[in-house]
Amino acid sequence: MNLHEYQARALLKAAGIPVPDGDVASTPGEVESLARRIDGTVVIKAQVHAGGRGKAGGVKLAETPAEAAEIASHILGMQIKGLTVQKVLVVPAEEIASESYMGLILDRDSQRPVFMVSPAGGIDIEEVAATSPEKILRLPVDPRFGLLPHQAMTLGFFLYTDVKQARAAADIMHRLYKVFTENGASLAEINPLITTPDGRVLALDAKMSIDDNELDRHPHLADLRDESAEDPSEVAARRAGLTFIKLDGNVGCVVNGAGLAMATMDLVKYYGGEPANFLDIGGSSNPDKVVNALKIITTDPSVRAILFNIFGGITRTDDVANGIKAALEQFPVKVPIVVRLTGTNEKEAVKILQGIGMTALSDMDEAVSKVVALVGEAA
Amino acid sequence: MSIFIGNHTRLVVQGITGRDGSFHTKQMIEYGTKVVAGVTPGKGGRTFDGKVPVFDTVAQSVAAAGANTAVIYVPPMGAAGAIFEAVDAGIKLVVCITEGVPVIEMTRVMPFVREHGARLIGPNCPGAITPGEAKVGIIPGSICAPGRIGLVSRSGTLTYEVVNLLTRAKIGQSTCVGIGGDPIIGTNFIDCLQAFQDDPDTDAIVMMGEIGGTDEQRAADFVRDHVTKPVVGFIAGQTAPPGRRMGHAGAIISGSSGTAAEKMAAFEAAGISVMKRPADVVPLLKARLK
Repeated sequence: MNLHEYQARALLKAAGIPVPDGDVASTPGEVESLARRIDGTVVIKAQVHAGGRGKAGGVKLAETPAEAAEIASHILGMQIKGLTVQKVLVVPAEEIASESYMGLILDRDSQRPVFMVSPAGGIDIEEVAATSPEKILRLPVDPRFGLLPHQAMTLGFFLYTDVKQARAAADIMHRLYKVFTENGASLAEINPLITTPDGRVLALDAKMSIDDNELDRHPHLADLRDESAEDPSEVAARRAGLTFIKLDGNVGCVVNGAGLAMATMDLVKYYGGEPANFLDIGGSSNPDKVVNALKIITTDPSVRAILFNIFGGITRTDDVANGIKAALEQFPVKVPIVVRLTGTNEKEAVKILQGIGMTALSDMDEAVSKVVALVGEAA
Repeated sequence: MSIFIGNHTRLVVQGITGRDGSFHTKQMIEYGTKVVAGVTPGKGGRTFDGKVPVFDTVAQSVAAAGANTAVIYVPPMGAAGAIFEAVDAGIKLVVCITEGVPVIEMTRVMPFVREHGARLIGPNCPGAITPGEAKVGIIPGSICAPGRIGLVSRSGTLTYEVVNLLTRAKIGQSTCVGIGGDPIIGTNFIDCLQAFQDDPDTDAIVMMGEIGGTDEQRAADFVRDHVTKPVVGFIAGQTAPPGRRMGHAGAIISGSSGTAAEKMAAFEAAGISVMKRPADVVPLLKARLK
């Protein structure tokens, strides 16, 4: 789960990492009074889960409180990469002497938290990695010992020649490591980490992602989820315990298991169709999940046909069949449904479907090519 | 022969009295797996299903029942602790089925597993099966058949799909291993490729990968340099949008890396026959085994 900049910033600030003064606001009036409090030039930053906010016009300077309000009225409500800006962060414009990058990730290759720092900050770090990898220092941390003092200083001296600034950076890294592990983050980035003309080291921007597996034991983080930034169907799916991602096609897919769900989408494409979604009903076979899945998929007006692809292992195929039956009794489904199921309790499932006038296929390719053909006819 | 599990497996089930643990223990016993013990703290001294002794700790199950392999069906917040316990008790092969284990816990588990010379499979995996000998985990035994194809996969039901296709085409399997869909896992593709390469009873290998990370690319390099047996491969997620977590925590495309196209190209370059869809597995294997 991605945090907004203002949320990540609050976590860093609470851990004692120096961040500029300022706060989040959701109306031009609030922005104006924040600008008045800051008393100087301010930066107004759109809070959306998208990169390239600056280029999209979502980050602007304002010299007076009145100008801040005026600019905020344009930024609030604007669309950036399809997302509506609901909040802005208002901070004092800092004078910048240098910009660096500081990041901490859970690295799948080394299987450790890995620090990455670069004196080439303020730009996309993947770009730096591609064009001048010598400007990045990577340091894996042994999670049993944490970030050791000499490691932090090594990273600090890679950024700054001045020992005071290197120490300040090292101190920020110790605190960042603590925030990272205590909140179960998978990524924490300060980009840019700046120095000011008077020598201070500050975190000017903050980005954090939380490992979804941590949300159960960190409810205060789960509460930070911004559902307004998500597709409503994805919100409904998560509440129903389904993993759902909306796509642009017209073949609705209901599958058990993430790998099979991806392979099913790929096969729809292979036969010339376009998947409307990724949907994994998971391992357990609760008929309610199937009802909810159908409810969510049928609210998408672009869906022309629905494909079930169920390989029964833990999932009992008769539970899925009962779910389809229950859904059809509860609400009308106006598009054709193609069902492929095989595995646990297949015979019972076929019988249930026959009882409501449906047939079940047992071969995945046959089912996918059939559903794609049905969409072709409907078009 | 086979890899990791087989007739020599003496299994202890951690979380044997739980809902998932008890259901799958019955299935594993029915398949012929030697389930020698179960562990649920506080329920030591009982018997599971009238035949399997239950202990309070894994160490007791090793001492009293000679367990040499552990399978874990405990809830996510207890799973890392269960892995530590099994490894500490001297178990050399631990299979963790549990989904939803915090990734940072795995960064602490892995050095411990390595320093004890143990192997972990998973977490968030369906386990492994050596058809006709033993199954450890949740792969349905009915779709497998004994034979000479090794299969390694990051997914669960997609594994079943392919195993089922193989069995229906009368192509049996030496061992099938589901390595799990999480970002940090105990056993990766390369570990399984090496084991299958060294296994005299495996003739060819099927590798089922997916988007996210670079494991498949490194596995492709390994195949090119160290595997002489034919390898057939698949990548799920060719149509997945970047930046989204496709169910598996590890299945996410970041930037331009981790895409299906990149992985399939790496497979091709390493001489791996690339399946465009699951059903290609049978003709491609037959062609490579001629």
